[in-house]
Amino acid sequence: MAAEEPLFDPSLKKRKKKVVAFTEDPLGPEADPTTPAPTTIENTTTNGDVVDLGPTTLHEQMMRSQDGVAEKVDVADEVKEDDFKAMFPEGIKKKKKKKDIPMDFGEDASSASTPASAPTATEDLDFSDLKKKKKSTKKKAMEDFEKELNEAKAKDDAEEGELDDGEHLNDVDEADLGDDPFARNEAPAGIDSGTEPWLGSDRDYTYPELLTRFYASLHAANPSLLTSTGKRYTIAPPQILREGVRKSIFANVADICKRMHRQPEHVIQFLFAEMGTTGSVDGSGRLVIKGRFQPKQVENVLRRYIVEYVTCKTCKSPDTLLTKENRIFFMSCESCGSRRSVNAIKSGFQAQVGRRKATAQ
Amino acid sequence: MNVQNLNSFDPFADEGDPLGGNQDVGSQQNYLHIRIQQRNGRKTLTTLQGLPKEYDPKKLLKAFKKEFACNGTLVDDEEMGQVIQLQGDQRLKIVNFLTEEGIPKNTIKLHGF
Repeated sequence: MAAEEPLFDPSLKKRKKKVVAFTEDPLGPEADPTTPAPTTIENTTTNGDVVDLGPTTLHEQMMRSQDGVAEKVDVADEVKEDDFKAMFPEGIKKKKKKKDIPMDFGEDASSASTPASAPTATEDLDFSDLKKKKKSTKKKAMEDFEKELNEAKAKDDAEEGELDDGEHLNDVDEADLGDDPFARNEAPAGIDSGTEPWLGSDRDYTYPELLTRFYASLHAANPSLLTSTGKRYTIAPPQILREGVRKSIFANVADICKRMHRQPEHVIQFLFAEMGTTGSVDGSGRLVIKGRFQPKQVENVLRRYIVEYVTCKTCKSPDTLLTKENRIFFMSCESCGSRRSVNAIKSGFQAQVGRRKATAQ
Repeated sequence: MNVQNLNSFDPFADEGDPLGGNQDVGSQQNYLHIRIQQRNGRKTLTTLQGLPKEYDPKKLLKAFKKEFACNGTLVDDEEMGQVIQLQGDQRLKIVNFLTEEGIPKNTIKLHGF
């Protein structure tokens, strides 16, 4: 485990109940037993959830509003046509008045298309119902229009930047909130490319803007990203039965190991080392653990196992292989190709519990 | 004027065999380990292992006992050295105590369920 990992961070405590997603949970031991165990162990980001939240939420927002955007784009195209028709024959004067409404739709429309497509589309439009000799004036009009659009966009972005902060907080708490009105508004602007607000003004671009731009172009280039990353890493919750008073049975350990693609021996060794007990595997493949354990407790240990030995530290993918070479376990990621050594499982000091043997000293 | 890049320099000169000796790879020597162990019934033991040399385990134990209102003892282990052993589940209290005393959190490892 990396040394810089935030181990027990009390600041994370408040978020604990709300974030169901499987994060690198340093608070495993202090988990509240009163909260019901989630039905699945979910894995989105395993490290630095604070750091990752910005991109993640943006991503999620885009995913969420993807359908919405698609619809909007259609509508926006029509509206845009009308607006241009309404605007250009009459000249530049009316523009100011109308600016606000077409502005948004314009952004929406260009959001789906490439930056170059927006001007061409308008030119096509213009050819259809305007004469060629007007073109020179029209070009100027276009430029003015673009300028204004950029300015307005800059203003919008400034506002949205403020909204953004609250938005991220919201997403931390309610990542699965489907009908978030802010997300709807923001996402189209996020996919927007070609009308970068800093083009019109002489100010520098800000980091969030560039980040938005990056994700916009990323998603424009790889539309599949929006759909494929929705898959979450889920594992069935551990089934813990009680055998007698002082033994617990972990019934679906084999199933969980299979899902994690790990050797049951390795998992069991980790479980025993972490929980400070011993046990054995019975005839039907179930794990008999000495001591009383709740499913929640075992789940916490499993989470830690997943963080340490299953998810790739680089890309968070659970698609990894664990191999042993020269007494060292190496974890190689199947999706990003990274390879790193993992800590050996050490049970550490075991205190003397129960009766001492008569032979001992 | 000599070119330093052309000097024959063995970057692994003083490293030796990385896996040589009995030094175990990926060891967690620098970590403070806090573990819990179940006893009979709902009783538990908390062990603190790997205390840095600059702390006096005896004094720390005394402070723990007073602060957490529990009993405890210092166990000498052949491999692990001196281990502080406390009665009951004192893991979180130990973590808070140690971090307030200025031990960085990322060197503390909390084990157990």
